[in-house]
Amino acid sequence: MRRGIFACLVGIVPFLAAGAIFAQDAPRLRGPEPFTKETPAPPMQRQVTNDVRVRRNYPDQPPVIPHSIEGYAVDLNANKCMSCHARKFTQESQAPMISITHYQDRVGNTLGGLAPRRYVCVACHVPQTDAKPLVENIFTDMDALAEPERQPQRGRH
Amino acid sequence: MDLTRRTLLKTQAAAAAAAAANVALPVNAQNVPTGEDIQLQWSKAPCRFCGTGCGVMVAVKDGRVVATHGDMQAEVNRGLNCVKGYFLSKIMYGKDRLTQPLLRMKNGQFAKDGEFQPVSWDRAFDEMAKQWKRVLKEKGPEAIGMFGSGQWTMWEGYAASKLMRAGFRSNNLDPNARHCMASAAVTFIRTFGMDEPMGCYDDFEHADAFVLWGSNMAEMHPILWTRVTDRRLSHPHVKIATLSTYEHRTTDLSDMSVIFKPNSDLAILNYIANYIIQNGAVNREFVQRHCNFRLANTDIGYGLRPDHVLEQRAQHANDAQVSHAASFEEYAKLVSQYTVEKASELSGVPKEQLEALARIYADPKTKVMSLWTMGFNQHVRGVWANHMVYNLHLLTGKISEPGNSPFSLTGQPSACGTAREVGTFSHRLPADMQVANPEHRKHAEEIWKLPHGLLPGKVGYHAVQQDRMLKDGKLNAYWIMVNNNLQTAPNTNNETYPGYRNPANFVVVSDAYPTVTAMAADLILPAAMWVEKEGAYGNAERRTHFWHQLVNAPGEARSDLWQLMEFSKRFTTDEVWPAEILNTHPDYKGKSLFDVLFRNGNVDKFPLSEIDPAYENRESKEYGFYVQKGLFEEFSRFGAGHGHDYAPFDTYHQVRGLRWPVVNGQETRWRYREGHDPYVEKGSGWQFYGNPDKKANIVGAPYEPPAEAPDAEYDLWLVTGRVLEHWHSGSMTLRVPELYKAFSGAVVFMHPDDAAKRGLRRGQEVRVVSRRGEIRSRIEIRGRNKVPPGLIFVPFFDASQLINKVTLDATDPISKQTDFKKCAVKVVAAAMADAGGQQ
Repeated sequence: MRRGIFACLVGIVPFLAAGAIFAQDAPRLRGPEPFTKETPAPPMQRQVTNDVRVRRNYPDQPPVIPHSIEGYAVDLNANKCMSCHARKFTQESQAPMISITHYQDRVGNTLGGLAPRRYVCVACHVPQTDAKPLVENIFTDMDALAEPERQPQRGRH
Repeated sequence: MDLTRRTLLKTQAAAAAAAAANVALPVNAQNVPTGEDIQLQWSKAPCRFCGTGCGVMVAVKDGRVVATHGDMQAEVNRGLNCVKGYFLSKIMYGKDRLTQPLLRMKNGQFAKDGEFQPVSWDRAFDEMAKQWKRVLKEKGPEAIGMFGSGQWTMWEGYAASKLMRAGFRSNNLDPNARHCMASAAVTFIRTFGMDEPMGCYDDFEHADAFVLWGSNMAEMHPILWTRVTDRRLSHPHVKIATLSTYEHRTTDLSDMSVIFKPNSDLAILNYIANYIIQNGAVNREFVQRHCNFRLANTDIGYGLRPDHVLEQRAQHANDAQVSHAASFEEYAKLVSQYTVEKASELSGVPKEQLEALARIYADPKTKVMSLWTMGFNQHVRGVWANHMVYNLHLLTGKISEPGNSPFSLTGQPSACGTAREVGTFSHRLPADMQVANPEHRKHAEEIWKLPHGLLPGKVGYHAVQQDRMLKDGKLNAYWIMVNNNLQTAPNTNNETYPGYRNPANFVVVSDAYPTVTAMAADLILPAAMWVEKEGAYGNAERRTHFWHQLVNAPGEARSDLWQLMEFSKRFTTDEVWPAEILNTHPDYKGKSLFDVLFRNGNVDKFPLSEIDPAYENRESKEYGFYVQKGLFEEFSRFGAGHGHDYAPFDTYHQVRGLRWPVVNGQETRWRYREGHDPYVEKGSGWQFYGNPDKKANIVGAPYEPPAEAPDAEYDLWLVTGRVLEHWHSGSMTLRVPELYKAFSGAVVFMHPDDAAKRGLRRGQEVRVVSRRGEIRSRIEIRGRNKVPPGLIFVPFFDASQLINKVTLDATDPISKQTDFKKCAVKVVAAAMADAGGQQ
């Protein structure tokens, strides 16, 4: 689905001719051309705040945050994230409950609440901007490998 | 073809109807895959990113990595990863992976000003060998150099060290870890006679207080931070004090946030030592039995070029490393100048806060873990800063036992394993041995089965010096592996880029992706990365951790190990070794470097049958022997029997890493402490056995000012560093869309008052200008970093905003590590600049 869009930006070019083949944000990957030139800074990217859940790349991936967290306190006094995502608030907030793994301590005991080691939500869960990827990522979803008949162009050899 | 929503619903409806009718549909009509389709092959590996060394489980299906998660069995992280670690699955799959060698050419020939064109490996190595031989002939081994990495696997670093030192006879080999933790490494040797921490991560679960000196662990070591926060939130008596030049996510969770003026940490540390002495908190018995006192040479310069006025003016720029034996009284007298008033005045920290901090160290009942990273190490007095924190732990005897732990964190996955243990610094050999020591060289020659007198004794060029020598035309054949130095070195416009494009030089870059550095090279070699090869990393707590090759690299990309070994075939001993050595050792005549370095009876000792048949191993299959095992077993002989022992190779493929020294199958968690460390004799309590007298050195040094400070024109401090979502120069993380979209470009973190004073709004485009160069960026006055007035923070991951064009190439004069945390800049609106002036 998504992959088609960027494939045509990058194209199938057999080698790197300087300046020829990268999408517009390529300086972010490989610097200005020439190196000594200063280029204008692109505008800051807008946060995604549409609250639409994004499919995970694999089951173990921490879901990304589809809303702004600007000004959210995660400090010794408060954890703002938990005011919606804690089990007891999810009915009111309709936010996803934190994973059950988040109730386990280091040795695997289940606790009565958020494990302290999981306290800093943003170490794993990050908001997103609407920035266009700098280059396509050709990671393959395991479902595509599990259902070759539905993805004939990426079938097994 | 994609499954549209409509066909999906139809398939599901059919399945539901069939289920209701109790009819089995053919498997391809099933909407939930089952059986073999959902089987994944899971294997262990360490994370590819920072020095924490988290264990990761990696799932492979049909030759591709399809998932990763934190390894529950790994003690380091027990199932957790940070956001970068969780996205490891995607780092190898940027569409612009380099898949074939690229050489700058014109009319079918190499040309420095040519365009990159794909060539075969043979053509690439032919050109490279030709250039190496030209330089060797014209200038000799000292014009050959290599810049390696704390991301090399241990055997890659080891093979590189053999090739450079024994093959080409040059010590101009340095790792990018020089920019990262040289101050820590050098001070370990100066204090304890042995590199790397005495404690380990188990200290996190035992400490009563954590003091962070220039470390934003919440972003840079997030999984270790989970262990700190776990301890803090589970045990109310535990306190966290964080010292920094600005507030950030770590200070958010700290009990005490100590914001000091850049460089004044030296004054704070000496004040705490003074407090300990004045308040009778010195552990006299410990100090008497286990410590020596020394005073360092002062006024030692800033590691700039020798003709710089600051070097000319400095009294001890040329013998900065020297220290003199002293008494406790002399040391006490030195630190006695650092009263709370003076420390407060120099640092800007309130007296009450300084006293509260000092009490943490002075209270004998409080177990303290001190943690530091780049704020300490990237410091023009980084070695002194490291000494000063050891001084606090040594004065109070709070060391080498659970919870009492001065602990240097590392930034790269194998900064410890490859840069330090293997010894890829320009002055080091394996197991802490030194190239300048004839006995150590002799020992290396014996293990390597090479003629005596072969290894050069002259210390090679360190990282910053390599850039200077490339620019000056004294270093001419240069190979860069696994790092992006043109983005990460200091003052790059003036000191790094000119050397890469100097027509006298031939620069080769091995990388997985087209980085800034690769694009400035003459030859680019496509590299295999991470689980595309068998590897070993050594993390910050002395943990050696192995992994198997799990997938193949794309196209013609090959591991750095293969590249190094393959290149060695292009040289014979007659071409690179002196005639007198070959005449006295005729057996070595006419051999290829591959033969004498890698077919020496050690490296080629283990047959292919010893490779786990479940895994691929491309290098070994090509050479016909178990390359990685041979290299590791040869390397591990360097440290065996004197405190650097490793377990047998095969053990590491079974366990989630082991902390050396591994003696009788047991790892060592706390070194130098009786009962924990098998090398410490009974009844001694502690023995710092790296030093001949088994004592540690308390080294006194004063506060000295930084190399550059803000003035009327350049009126702001610039601090550069990392962010959570991107690792170093971003060459892997920027190619993962989720990570890029989490932090989509560098910004200038500025205090709102400073922005208002300059008429700048959030998001406005600005120029960040120093005496050396400038970049364009955008103003950020909110967000995770809260800087004080007078200071800005700009991360360095964004290649379109190369902040290292702005930084200063001042280093610690002893460790030669760059200070990326302090230089003077001004910030002006870009629009004003475009209009023709900034007055």
